[in-house]
Amino acid sequence: MVKVDFKLIDKILERYDYDKGNIIAIMQAIQEEYRYLPQAALEYVAEKIGVSMAKIFGVATFYENFSMDAKGKYVIKVCRGTACHVRKSANVLEAVYEATGLSEGKPSTEDGLFTVEIVSCLGACGLAPVVVVNDEVHSKMTPEKAQALISELKAKEGMR
Amino acid sequence: MAREKNQSNDLKVMTIDNVECAINGERNVLEVARHNGIDIPSLCYCENLSIYGGCRICIVEDDKGKIDSACSLKPRAGAKINTNTPRIQRYRKMILQLMLGSHRTDCATCEMSESCKLQAYCRRYHVDMERFGKNYSDMPIDDSSACIVRDPSKCILCGLCVRMCDEIQNIHAIDFCHRGKRTYIAPGYNDNIASSKCVGCGQCAAVCPTGALTVKNETEKMWHMIQDLNRKVVVQFAPSVRVGLAEQFGMPANEPVTGKLVTALKRLGVDVVYDTNLTADLTIMEESAEFMEKLNSGAKLPMFTSCCPGWIQHVEKVHPHLMPQVSTCGSPMEMMGALIRNQFKNEDVYSVAIMPCTAKKFEASRPELEKDGKRLVDLVLTTQELGRMIKEAGIDFAKLPDSKPDSPLGDYTGAGVIFGVTGGVTEAVIRRVLGDASPDTLQTIAECGVRGLDGIKAFDVSAGDLKLRIGVANGLGNADKLIKLVESGQEHFDFIEVMACPNGCIGGGGQPPAMQERKEERFAAIFKEDEACELRIPQQNPALDYVYANLLNNDPHHYLHIIYPDHGDVHHE
Amino acid sequence: MRTKLNNRAEFQAVQAKYEAIHNSANRKILVCCGNGCVSSGSLKLYEEMKTAVKASGLKCVVELMEEPEKDAVNVKKTGCIGFCEMGPLVKIEPEGWLYTKVQISDIPEIIESTIMKGEFVSRLAYRNSGILAKKQSEIPFYNKQTRRMLNYCGNIDCESIEDYIGIGGYSAAVKAIFDMTPEQVVEEVIESGIRGRGGAGYPTGKKWSQVAANKNADVKYIVCNGDEGDPGAFMDGSTMEGTPHKVLEGMIIAGIACEAEEAYIYVRAEYPLSVSRLSMAIEQATEMGLLGDNILGSGKNFHIHINQGAGAFVCGEGSAMTNSIEGNRGMPRAKLYHQVDVGLYGKPTCLNNVETFANIPDIINHGAAWFKSVGTEGSTGTKAFALTGNVNNTGIIEVPMGITLREVVVGIGGGIKNYQDFKAVQIGGPSGGCLTYEHLDLPLDFDSLKSVGAIIGSGGLVVMDENTCMVDTARFFMNFICKESCGKCTPCREGTTRMKQILEDICNGEGTMEDLDELEEIARMMEKSSLCGLGKTAANPVLSTLANFRNEYEEHISEKLCRAGVCQKLSQKVYAINAATCIGCTKCARNCPVEAITGQIKTPHVIDASKCIKCGTCMEGCPAGAIYIENGRKGNVKY
Repeated sequence: MVKVDFKLIDKILERYDYDKGNIIAIMQAIQEEYRYLPQAALEYVAEKIGVSMAKIFGVATFYENFSMDAKGKYVIKVCRGTACHVRKSANVLEAVYEATGLSEGKPSTEDGLFTVEIVSCLGACGLAPVVVVNDEVHSKMTPEKAQALISELKAKEGMR
Repeated sequence: MAREKNQSNDLKVMTIDNVECAINGERNVLEVARHNGIDIPSLCYCENLSIYGGCRICIVEDDKGKIDSACSLKPRAGAKINTNTPRIQRYRKMILQLMLGSHRTDCATCEMSESCKLQAYCRRYHVDMERFGKNYSDMPIDDSSACIVRDPSKCILCGLCVRMCDEIQNIHAIDFCHRGKRTYIAPGYNDNIASSKCVGCGQCAAVCPTGALTVKNETEKMWHMIQDLNRKVVVQFAPSVRVGLAEQFGMPANEPVTGKLVTALKRLGVDVVYDTNLTADLTIMEESAEFMEKLNSGAKLPMFTSCCPGWIQHVEKVHPHLMPQVSTCGSPMEMMGALIRNQFKNEDVYSVAIMPCTAKKFEASRPELEKDGKRLVDLVLTTQELGRMIKEAGIDFAKLPDSKPDSPLGDYTGAGVIFGVTGGVTEAVIRRVLGDASPDTLQTIAECGVRGLDGIKAFDVSAGDLKLRIGVANGLGNADKLIKLVESGQEHFDFIEVMACPNGCIGGGGQPPAMQERKEERFAAIFKEDEACELRIPQQNPALDYVYANLLNNDPHHYLHIIYPDHGDVHHE
Repeated sequence: MRTKLNNRAEFQAVQAKYEAIHNSANRKILVCCGNGCVSSGSLKLYEEMKTAVKASGLKCVVELMEEPEKDAVNVKKTGCIGFCEMGPLVKIEPEGWLYTKVQISDIPEIIESTIMKGEFVSRLAYRNSGILAKKQSEIPFYNKQTRRMLNYCGNIDCESIEDYIGIGGYSAAVKAIFDMTPEQVVEEVIESGIRGRGGAGYPTGKKWSQVAANKNADVKYIVCNGDEGDPGAFMDGSTMEGTPHKVLEGMIIAGIACEAEEAYIYVRAEYPLSVSRLSMAIEQATEMGLLGDNILGSGKNFHIHINQGAGAFVCGEGSAMTNSIEGNRGMPRAKLYHQVDVGLYGKPTCLNNVETFANIPDIINHGAAWFKSVGTEGSTGTKAFALTGNVNNTGIIEVPMGITLREVVVGIGGGIKNYQDFKAVQIGGPSGGCLTYEHLDLPLDFDSLKSVGAIIGSGGLVVMDENTCMVDTARFFMNFICKESCGKCTPCREGTTRMKQILEDICNGEGTMEDLDELEEIARMMEKSSLCGLGKTAANPVLSTLANFRNEYEEHISEKLCRAGVCQKLSQKVYAINAATCIGCTKCARNCPVEAITGQIKTPHVIDASKCIKCGTCMEGCPAGAIYIENGRKGNVKY
């Protein structure tokens, strides 16, 4: 659990005029800061802009990009769009899961290092299959390349 | 809208199932059909709420073969619509089958059995259970609330509860979470209902077409106490119960059934039956005095009424700063509870209240409603629950003879009766303040703007050189609108009555679910009972002298007033 | 900070200045910075290129704001040049040379040979079957296209309003503001016959006239739909990134036509590059007085805001997008009113797709007749497609409406990868359908596609070869749509869940023939009774694969066979080499696209089944006939 800096949330709210209509943008800004939506932050926002917790939770969970749980340091997005699918991205995903020890039901590692997400299409179909680590795109992936990529990240973190 | 400008007020007609149907400003084809005797099925539509278009069983087909939902189809003169073409029948049936697949069908034992709309439509369209396997939600039942129970496994996601809570009540305690097949309805962060902003008004349960949201059933407790012969079961019943109960037995809503109700309670084994109408009269006496005192002492106005527990909770959760302006009078139920305790001082009494209200269940359990170390009301049953008990006991309600409530707490005036409708408390206060029981005066009061089912009423009343501005709201959304007017300084009010439920207690969450038309009948029935009363202003109630003299231990304030935490240091002499 | 232009004359003066600069014969190095090339590292390449040019002692100009010196080298980042497969791309002007797959290590050679000496680096050129193509126009991928909407993409700096103005940008907006009445603008758009590029193909001019007809509305909105969510489509993203000002200009013109002053662009969350380029473009246009209050002193106002989506495919639906912009769950609204009358915040709203807006400036500039000069009668103009899948040349293409599928797949796409057989093209994403061999000569336009149960959709073209299982494809789309269903209406929420389950059963060998009827029945019900377009079209991939590849479904069910070898639980082709007959010629190992075959020369080879993708190339080429399929049936059934 992170500690929420309410001064920072105030700044975000100010930037969006405390306007209910900007709730999605406000949550995007919060997520950019914490990489997920901490409950304390949303409760604060709900109070300040005058919407109910049910509404804010409803909006947050509707959209795929909002995470209600803390994410790992490396967010690995595996594209499962059509083009990537046709070029066997399922195998890449499997390799990523295997290398990180994660699964669809368990998206983040306990050590807070990795989160694996499945995304629909990243718009880089010409380079399929694509894997994105944080904001870095890795194109024309194979299971082997995926495994190597994760080993590299682990090595960088001093893991064996 | 530009494209509608050609519409004139000429008679417009459309054809539905080969029947010529007049269009009278209805907002959709569904309403037109219903007004013309064609019942298009629908699970997510409610006349008082915004159009959702989610359940899709109201699909109809036009003469060009285009299929659309009747709830989201604008009535158009000359349009030809069919509601039961072979395709419509097939698709509608499949939609119901799909719904049934995602709905836990424990129909034989379900709270809503027989009043479940999904069940009714499945029977109506011969839907077999087995086409699709079960894939309903496995989320746990939430019975954290004292008032309602939420069972996600039965939810068909029609969203009526969400819209009711948001659009009418302005509380928005629940909303859809996640999306697609994973969608469910809940307070945010999977909190339970009790810890949300829910005030327990029960309007969500009133509109829920299935058993996903139901009134908490406590009839077992009641049976248990009735059967305990060592205990005296004393029951009070609220004004609105007498105009809602009969509907559960297929009887018309426009006649109060007070006499049968008393008989039924006695047959069930209740020892003593008192009428909450009496303490409604008492409430008026106390509340009028409090108001006059506030007015004379220059206290901050408006004074808000306090008899609605949903409203009290709403003030506590959303407008705590307004609590000092809320009357400290207990609700009629609380007052009757206090009188019962003092009437049977040394006896083992189980005090039960039959209420049109789900929030009363919570109110009765509040620590503030404990006096001299005892709860004033042990159990609250709703009109619905009482109806269920009467059925369970095999009593043929329609054939019951009339009885009178017991003495000495059975007398009441018309002023107490009208507590059951929005504006009733206010009208009673005006009757009390003017103090004139002549038919002319009563008629003048009735026409001052206080009566009617409008969501918000604002009017002036003068008594001598006293000129008062009064506001009446039903539905918490309307209450919030009035508060906004006051707080923004746009309008001044001296007195504001709030009832959390639309139309007041006759439309309470504990009443049998009803369409607006039915609620209008209940409204009429309440005034029928009022007019039938010999005495119509509260100070005429002969029992009040007895009450003040014998049942309040010379400390009426202690027994008849409730100081909630947010009231602060309010002192009342 | 740019100077604000206060009137038309000032605008024209600025335009003349930048036009002259643009037309000067200066040396330009254009680095493609579209999403595809950026993914291949082109942003870094661009930075390194700038540094290297400067380091080499050459005069280097990055931005047009200053007067360039005569012999300075322009290094620009351009919008998507389109040939994503060959990225990062670098274009050299004035020669028009195109270098492909350029790495940072190639920079010194480019500077030394090309920039200093004017020599072509043939090593970096595109080769088509061994034939070297120097210029973009010599490459079949390009010369069969008609690039109109994307005409500036790859030719100018996508982050520079000066470049855009210099090439004629904003002159259409200026024309609409000063020379035309709103009615004339609408009339011109109607006359052009342009239909919405977002999917349904509703006539754009008609929509504008409906919004314009709401004369008494106090506020009206223009909304640009940049929520391109179809898997396999990225044209709108490329357009927003590559030519952001053109989109803005189209929106300004729509504002003039509809008399609206407020506008929103709803951009898909996955397109941060689009957001940053559009934001930059809005800022630049506002600075120059082309956006904001009192545009060029005309008294007309127009404000554009950007809304970033948060990951919900359904928000591409008009009323769901409206809900999302207002800060709600992106669930479509009941269709009691049309968006053109009651849309965003309850006001008349004109919602068009990115590509539609980007076509508008040319219509105003060159006229409706010019626009109609390509395309078909019912579908005028050009259409951008994202060509992906098992085709040799992938990327963004723009072609006249009515071009045949064959011209796209074979002519532009260069045929199927790895010499496989063509099987189908999925068009229109999860709402679309598949086109097969027999549709190869079908013209791609709104009406022809509709007649075969497909839609043009937003324009994703995913080419599938014989190794694609069509049941699996249908399952893939159903899984996608099931995940993306908003859950509001019963047919879509429950229908997609059930269909997905049935398709999974079939892929797992647990399907029955009755399931096929059930699929069809659910599909028809959803098509007719769902609330929104997403639900109504959700079953299209199933219906269309059932219509065209029913035999594959039946094989999955009755023979437990997946001929493409995709469905893991069904019997598959396993390729093996008969050691007794293998002559060890190594041909198979050389032909294998995935290096699954190993072996010493003149000794029997082996196939690593875990690597094998069952493409069959080895078997086709084996001179000794030593390769066979074990444990399964031969899959090549002709359609």
